[in-house]
Amino acid sequence: MNSVASIFDAFPVDKVRRDFPILSSNVHGKPLVYLDNAASNQKPKPVLDAIQDYYTAQHSNVHRGVHFLSGLATEKYEEARIKVRNYINAGSENEIIFVRGATEAINLAAAVFGKKNLEQGDEVLITELEHHSNIVPWQMICEEKGARLRVAPINDSGEVMLDKFESMLTSNVKIAAISHVSNALGTVNPVKQMIEMAHRKKIPVLVDGAQAMPHLRVDVRDLDADFYVFSSHKVFGPTGIGVLYGKAQLLESLPPYQGGGDMIKSVTFEKTVFNDIPYKFEAGTPHIEGAVGLGAAIDYLNSFDWRIVQDYEQALLKFAEKEISKIDGLKIIGTAKEKAGVISFVMEDIHPHDVGTILDSEGIAIRTGHHCAQPVMERFGIPATARASFAFYNTREEIHALVQSIQKVKEIFAHV
Amino acid sequence: MSDLKALYQEVILDHNKNPRNFKKLEDADYSVEGYNPLCGDHYTVYLKMKGDVISEITFIGSGCAISKASASVMSTVLKGKTLTEVESLFNEFHHLVRGEIKDDVSIEKLGKLAAFGGISEFPVRVKCAILPWHTMKNAIDKKNETVSTE
Ligand SMILES: Cc1ncc(COP(=O)(O)O)c(C=O)c1O
Repeated sequence: MNSVASIFDAFPVDKVRRDFPILSSNVHGKPLVYLDNAASNQKPKPVLDAIQDYYTAQHSNVHRGVHFLSGLATEKYEEARIKVRNYINAGSENEIIFVRGATEAINLAAAVFGKKNLEQGDEVLITELEHHSNIVPWQMICEEKGARLRVAPINDSGEVMLDKFESMLTSNVKIAAISHVSNALGTVNPVKQMIEMAHRKKIPVLVDGAQAMPHLRVDVRDLDADFYVFSSHKVFGPTGIGVLYGKAQLLESLPPYQGGGDMIKSVTFEKTVFNDIPYKFEAGTPHIEGAVGLGAAIDYLNSFDWRIVQDYEQALLKFAEKEISKIDGLKIIGTAKEKAGVISFVMEDIHPHDVGTILDSEGIAIRTGHHCAQPVMERFGIPATARASFAFYNTREEIHALVQSIQKVKEIFAHV
Repeated sequence: MSDLKALYQEVILDHNKNPRNFKKLEDADYSVEGYNPLCGDHYTVYLKMKGDVISEITFIGSGCAISKASASVMSTVLKGKTLTEVESLFNEFHHLVRGEIKDDVSIEKLGKLAAFGGISEFPVRVKCAILPWHTMKNAIDKKNETVSTE
């Protein structure tokens, strides 16, 4: 076990920060302290350059032209797919479907899986920790099919109760959908174990990896996930693109999502022959520069030794938890044993929005509200929290700035 | 920094900590809920009328300092006002928090409400300040409806 000091020394955070132009900007005349990474993280120079280069010298439409630029754009787009495949260790690039983001990936999976496999009386199992985007699409397809949405509860620390989860995996359950890391509390779910439980009952599992991908190295085959989804903008890539990974056999068994160009082999007015996966699920001109930017983000992430990154992030999270919990009248919500990247908190008699506004005036960006996870807020009997969320480019100095500014919030409110 | 002081003025901090008329009104003529789903601010405003004068106004609920102080100050200001006066205060308050009243004389005329002038520098917080006013207005408009259909 390395000492904490050597863990901090091993990661060249100052150098890394220089890769992210926005991190040296000022907000309200103060240096930006960006602690809203769970909402969206910032972009390194190689990602910005890749998008610029793409439009400067490589752009046309994909999969349709015989000319040079169309070939080049197609190559760049498909190269990005291979980068994603390698990054999450999928079995084949055909299992990587480009979508708008985690939300669209879940909607796609829920719609086509539900269309094929859900019937009256069936169940879909989720957990109490989910983001609205891993609740509502399932609710919609359940309603359409007369199926039932069941919810595995969490305990007071914000961990899924595994015995309950397991006992709810009955023969009625046709699919389980679980988050890898909770955006509201930072809980890391033991998804590998949960997938094993489900597979023992022959139930496939969709994993919402939106908050896991920026903090963990994910291997979809090691997890044995049937679907795995994430958003590019939470892994230092551009907005508007994300990934639905699905096992080839599963994807092949499912009907298409949207109809249009690219998803067909041949069209006559009598009959359309659908394309093979992944194209069957990618109707229309895709977000080409988004894929290129995501590919560049993956290259950038591959330039790090991830053991060092993860040790640094864990050390920073522990440091932040220790410093923040010293503040009188502050309570951390979500105290799971395994956490990543997130500290949600409430303050006695001070509403999270007031905390957020005062921190903003100090240049500190945090998120306040229900974090698109109203059921989690309800579970803890609070309307909202303030949430500081970290990326590997955050520093101990920034945590100090956060703590000092929270003290200032208290001073302002202690004034009367 | 001075902006922040302008936002969290004494009056606002005081009314947040010790909200006035912070109770349910059992014999209210009207009670209306106001909810801001984005931030979870949630209030119920109670009104008792004598003719077209507000004889009692109270509220309960929870939310940020700005919304709570706004509800509290509103309740102290509107008690005893006629509906016409309420209408014009409603409009003036909106102009104030949107930074549309510039001259000091006009601001001073608003009395305690003037404390909310600093909010115009914080556009995302304007909705907090006006939530209680819209809630109150809904109650009154419903009353007008009732009156006109009688
Ligand atoms: C856990 C989780 N799932 C899904 C999403 C949805 O991601 P997007 O809005 O990029 O589609 C988010 C985003 O906040 C999230 O945190």
